[in-house]
Amino acid sequence: MADEHKDVWVYIEHKDGVTTPMSYELLGAGKMLADTLGSKVCAFVIGEKTEEIAKNAGNYGAATVYAIDGASFKTFRPDAFAKAGASLVSKFKPDIVLYRATTQGQDLSAAMAAQLEVGLGSDAIDLQIDAGSKTMKLTRAAFGGNFLATYMNTRSKPQMATVRPKVFPMPQHDTAKNAEIVKESFSMAEDDARTKVLQFSQSEVAVNLIEADIIVSGGRGVGGSEGFSVVKALADTLGGAMGASRAAVDSGWVPYEHQVGQTGKTVKPKIYIACGISGAIQHLAGMRTSDCIVAINKDAEAPIFKIASFGIVGDYKQIVPKLVEQFKQKLNK
Amino acid sequence: MKIVVCIKQVPDTEAEVKWDLQKGTLKREGMDSITNPFDEFALEEALLTKEKYDGEIVAITMGPDKAMDVLRNALALGVDQVYHINDPAIAGSDTLGTSYVLAKAIEKVGNVDLVFCGKQATDGNTGIVSPELATRLGFSQLTFVAKVDEIDAAGKKIKVQRGIEGGIETVEAKLPAVVSVSKGINEPRLPNLMGIRKAAKVQIPAWDCDAIGAAKDKVGTEGSHGKVVELTTPPPRSAGEMLKGEMEEVANVLVGKLLDLKVIK
Ligand SMILES: Cc1cc2nc3c(=O)[nH]c(=O)nc-3n(C[C@H](O)[C@H](O)[C@H](O)COP(=O)(O)OP(=O)(O)OC[C@H]3O[C@@H](n4cnc5c(N)ncnc54)[C@H](O)[C@@H]3O)c2cc1C
Ligand SMILES: Nc1ncnc2c1ncn2[C@@H]1O[C@H](COP(=O)(O)O)[C@@H](O)[C@H]1O
Repeated sequence: MADEHKDVWVYIEHKDGVTTPMSYELLGAGKMLADTLGSKVCAFVIGEKTEEIAKNAGNYGAATVYAIDGASFKTFRPDAFAKAGASLVSKFKPDIVLYRATTQGQDLSAAMAAQLEVGLGSDAIDLQIDAGSKTMKLTRAAFGGNFLATYMNTRSKPQMATVRPKVFPMPQHDTAKNAEIVKESFSMAEDDARTKVLQFSQSEVAVNLIEADIIVSGGRGVGGSEGFSVVKALADTLGGAMGASRAAVDSGWVPYEHQVGQTGKTVKPKIYIACGISGAIQHLAGMRTSDCIVAINKDAEAPIFKIASFGIVGDYKQIVPKLVEQFKQKLNK
Repeated sequence: MKIVVCIKQVPDTEAEVKWDLQKGTLKREGMDSITNPFDEFALEEALLTKEKYDGEIVAITMGPDKAMDVLRNALALGVDQVYHINDPAIAGSDTLGTSYVLAKAIEKVGNVDLVFCGKQATDGNTGIVSPELATRLGFSQLTFVAKVDEIDAAGKKIKVQRGIEGGIETVEAKLPAVVSVSKGINEPRLPNLMGIRKAAKVQIPAWDCDAIGAAKDKVGTEGSHGKVVELTTPPPRSAGEMLKGEMEEVANVLVGKLLDLKVIK
């Protein structure tokens, strides 16, 4: 029997109808897979008003955009969105569906996977097509980043995966490229929705560690909340985000949202600067795949130096302010 | 109120990880194991909920013989009932199989209002099981929960705060619900000696696939959709360059090197 599943689909996430360029980033990875398979990259979007998002998805390279509009889809709700998403997938039968590994991407993909009874690979850091079987091969970090596991789902279609933000290059926005838009209807009585978003309050310090290119982190060695203002000054100067070790979070110096590591966030910035962090295995689990790691620590024997691209043995209180000063000078800030 | 907590046993991070590449699964035997750290928060939240709203707590785990340890710990902390889902057929289940088994077990427990899970397990690191479980049971799906504001058992409603990108979302949901909790929601208590002694004497009931009515072809390696086909160790990070000298100079060199990467704007 010929397999009727075709095309690579990408879920376009939004928050109450608002997207950022990052919402479209997986159209690049999707295009790469589709080209290898000789098929098309398509997008799907669910929301209250989706025209603008659908048009943008076309500009970012989607050949076809499948859209479901409705008042019940104004804000993201996993049950409502999953039912709508599953109806699209059941009708149009994509070969592959990709989601970003964000809270929304994870919520939606898992709910859809359970509804459709298909496997789900999570947090991919690489995607390829196996030449023989034409199956998607997904690489992810396992066991604190000590291993890389390659996962394949040869049992069910669509093959679904969440993909770590920023591992694939952003596609170009090109207004000359336009998608065919396929509007599908799916209605849901408000009574059937199980959840309702009452409110969203933005953090004073929006911590988006996962998407940051530069992270400056502090650990127990920073000594207290005052020390973190020094760490934050460097993060701000570099336009980066501030991270922390668990020891610093557990001491109450910074909120949990900043924690990097096995029980915090897994990050892969281009530059990770660790100040006063010893480099325990659970911390390394969350950051060892960063492109460039800088370690600043008083103790020359600290394990963090074993994985650091650049190491400085010394007191962060002396070095970090000097870095801030020099960066400001050189960046004309 | 009837509360279920799903607790997983995971390998200790410091333990040597062994893989069965033939099956593409973890060799759980002979590895040091701990309660999944996030599940300690789930368990504590269940205890706090019971203390505040009254009810009964049932802890379940799915895993090999020694996974029973995590249930003993739960008993020592004061849960009312535990079930150990243990069947050779279940070994090697992926998230789809795991959520299926847990859903069957929760249906068997019956009349459940609230299920607490951890945000993710530190071995697989997926965080998929709890949303899959919610979908399978038709319960509300509440993930990344940083605080439970209130529960209205009679009105069958729950209000929680979720930590999502850029801020906190307040969500109201119908009960029953599956709530997966993140760190920071509470401070897990430790068991006391009396609790540990009492727990040691309890005969822990085991459920196999037949007991919960789970179809064997939907579980275990057989029923899994995904398979780990290759496992490699990433190229070791070679320790880089130590920058030495007078601090002003060291800072200068580092700034130059980082600017050369063309990442900082
Ligand atoms: C199940 C489990 C999960 C965990 N999850 C995480 C996790 O997600 N993230 C995490 O980070 N940890 C996690 N941990 C904890 C981890 O094992 C370590 O305890 C923690 O990472 C240590 O943090 P630290 O490096 O800041 O502190 P320490 O290990 O105390 O290191 C402090 C360092 O600062 C240096 N120092 C002191 N003063 C100065 C100064 N003035 N200037 C420069 N350097 C200085 C010291 O030399 C030392 O190396 C977990 C542990 C367990 C058991
Ligand atoms: N084998 C299991 N037994 C009991 N609970 C589990 C099991 N696997 C996963 N869970 C629950 O699901 C959560 C998320 O796990 P995961 O999706 O594997 O990261 C865990 O924190 C547990 O609460």
